[in-house]
Amino acid sequence: MTNVIETNKLTRKFNGFTAVDSVNLQIKEGELFGLLGPNGAGKTTTLSMLSTILKPTSGTAEVNGFDVDTQQDEVRNSIGIVFQDPSLDDELTAYENLDFHGMIYGMPADERKQRIKEVIELVDLSEKINMQVKKFSGGMKRRLEIARGLIHHPKVLFLDEPTLGLDPQTRRNIWDHIIEMNKSEKVTVVLTTHYMEEADSLCERVAVIDHGKIIALDTPEKLKHSIGGDIISLEADPGLLPHLKKIKNIKKIKNMNGEMNISAEDAEHVIPIIFDIAQKNKLEIHSISLRHPTLEDVFLQLTGKSIREEKAGVLDRFRTRIRSRNR
Amino acid sequence: MNKQISGIYILWKREVIRFFRAKSRVIGTLGMPFFFLLILGSGFGPAYQAQSGGGNYMDLLTPGIIGMVLLFSSIFSGIRVLMDREFGFLKEIMVAPISRTSIMLGITLGGMTTSTIQAILFLGVSLLVGVHLNLYGLPAALLFMFLISASFVALGIAIASKMEDMHGFQLITNFLIMPLFLLSGALFPLENLGAWQFITFLDPLTYGVDGLRVTLTNAPGMPLWLDFTVLAGFCVVCILTGAFLFSQRE
Ligand SMILES: Nc1ncnc2c1ncn2[C@@H]1O[C@H](COP(=O)(O)OP(=O)(O)OP(=O)(O)O)[C@@H](O)[C@H]1O
Ligand SMILES: [Mg+2]
Repeated sequence: MTNVIETNKLTRKFNGFTAVDSVNLQIKEGELFGLLGPNGAGKTTTLSMLSTILKPTSGTAEVNGFDVDTQQDEVRNSIGIVFQDPSLDDELTAYENLDFHGMIYGMPADERKQRIKEVIELVDLSEKINMQVKKFSGGMKRRLEIARGLIHHPKVLFLDEPTLGLDPQTRRNIWDHIIEMNKSEKVTVVLTTHYMEEADSLCERVAVIDHGKIIALDTPEKLKHSIGGDIISLEADPGLLPHLKKIKNIKKIKNMNGEMNISAEDAEHVIPIIFDIAQKNKLEIHSISLRHPTLEDVFLQLTGKSIREEKAGVLDRFRTRIRSRNR
Repeated sequence: MNKQISGIYILWKREVIRFFRAKSRVIGTLGMPFFFLLILGSGFGPAYQAQSGGGNYMDLLTPGIIGMVLLFSSIFSGIRVLMDREFGFLKEIMVAPISRTSIMLGITLGGMTTSTIQAILFLGVSLLVGVHLNLYGLPAALLFMFLISASFVALGIAIASKMEDMHGFQLITNFLIMPLFLLSGALFPLENLGAWQFITFLDPLTYGVDGLRVTLTNAPGMPLWLDFTVLAGFCVVCILTGAFLFSQRE
C-alpha cells in the first residue's frame, strides 16, 4: 500500500522551544491512524504542519504526494480537518455551514447539494439540517464538523481530539461514525487523542508522542504486547519478592511499597504458582488481581509517568467550559 | 480563478446572511443614528438656522450621519474578523484552498454591502421624518458610500490583523473612530473651525461626508472630483494594507 502521509524529521520550534521534534511518520492510504499523547505533547502542532496552518521549522512532510511547504493549495485540496476547538459559524444553519465549505472549496452547485445530503446522512443529522448551529449539542456540533470535513472528498481527514470534553455515550457514538466513514468513504483518518480507550478501540496503528517525539509506533495489540504479557497486581508480604523473580513467565516486577505490579506471560497460570510459593513459605497475600495491559500501561512504561496527570484534567475541564460557552 | 471567485462570493454571502439574521442588530444600528438626528437636529437646528441665514440643520446633518453609519459599521465589520478568530471559524476559512487576498476581499465586499444597506435604511428613515434630500444624486452618493465602506472595512481588517484579541477595541473606538467622525464635518460646517480647519483635510472621511452632502443636498462644498480622487486613493491604500497585513498572519 502507498503512503498518503510521509514526514521526514518534521520539526517545529516556538521561540527556541521544540514542540515537535524530528518526527518521522508513514501513514498508509485508508488507514485509521492515531497520535496518542498527553497535553502539550505536540499533537496539534503536528497536525497544524500537516494541514499547512503552521510552517515547519525544519524537516519535510508530504501529504497525498504534495509538499506541505511548497504546495499548500494542493495539500489543502487533499485534506479535511476537524480542529481541536469548535470552528462552526453558530449563527448559520447546519446546511449553510456545509454549503459555505463546499463553495469555498470550489465545488459546483449540483455536486455540492448531492454531497451535503450524503455527508449529513453519514452523521445522522439530516433532520437538523436547517437548524441554527447554536442550538446544537456538543456532540451534534462535533458530528457536523466531521461531516463538513468530508464534503470535498479529501484523501485524508484530520481529527484533532474528536471527542474531547464529550460524555462517554456521545464519545462512543462519534467513534462509530468515524469507523463508518473511514470505511464507506475510503478516507485516511489521522486522529489525535489523549484518551487511551479511544486510541485502542479506534485506531489500526498508534504513534505515542511525548515532548514532541514519537516514542513508539505500532498496532495497539503489539504495543500492549510489548509490555510482556498481562499484569498481575499483588498486595503481599514483601518477602515474596525474591521468590517471584525466579518464576520463568514473569517478565518484570515493579514494586511500589508493598504493591507489586507484575508483567507476566500466560498470567492465568502464574497466579496459582504464586499462591503455592506463598503457602510454602508462609507469606501472606492480601489481594491479587489480573488484568490485560492497556495503552496507559504502555505509556507508563515508556515514560515513567501517567498520561493523564492532574494538569490534564484541569485543562480538559477548562476546554469543556469554553466549548459549552461557545455552544 | 473560479475557485477564488466562488470563495469570495460565499464569504460575502455569509456576511449578508448574518446581517439579516441578527434583526436586533439592524434595529440597533438604526436606532443610534436616528437618535442623533433627532436630538442634534432639534437641539442645534435653531442656532444653525440663525447663523446660516435660514439654512436647515437637519438637511446638513443627514449626510453627515450617513457617513457616521458607514464609518462605524464598516470598521466594526472589519474588526469582526477577531470574533471569528475567537470563535474558531477563521480557521475553517484559513485552511481552505483560496488565497488570503480573496478571503480579505470577500469579507470587505460583505462589510461594504451590509454597511451600505444600513446607510440606505437610515436615508429612508430620514426622508420619512421630513429631511430634504436630492434623490437624483443618489447614484453618485452610492458611489461614495461604496468607497467609504470599502476603505473602512479594509482598515478594520488591517487593525484586526495586528491585534491579538478584543482588548484593544476600546482604544480604537476612542482614538480612531471618534476623531475620524468628529473631524469629518459630519456634525457642523467645517468653516466654523476657523484656523483649525486644516486638520479636517487630513481626515479621509471629510471627503466622504462632503461628497455625500454635495450629491444628496446640492450644498456647496469641495469639487466632487477632488472628493472622489482622495477617497478612491485612500480606499486603494486601505485595501492594499489590509490584504498585506491579513496575509502576514500565520
Ligand atoms: N503558538 C504557540 N506559541 C508558543 N508555544 C506553542 C504554540 N503552540 C503550541 N505551543 C507549545 O507547543 C507544545 C505543544 O503544543 P500542542 O498544542 O501541539 O500540544 P497538544 O499535544 O496538542 O496538546 P493538547 O492535548 O493540550 O491539545 C506545548 O508546550 C505548547 O505550549
Ligand atoms: Mg492539541
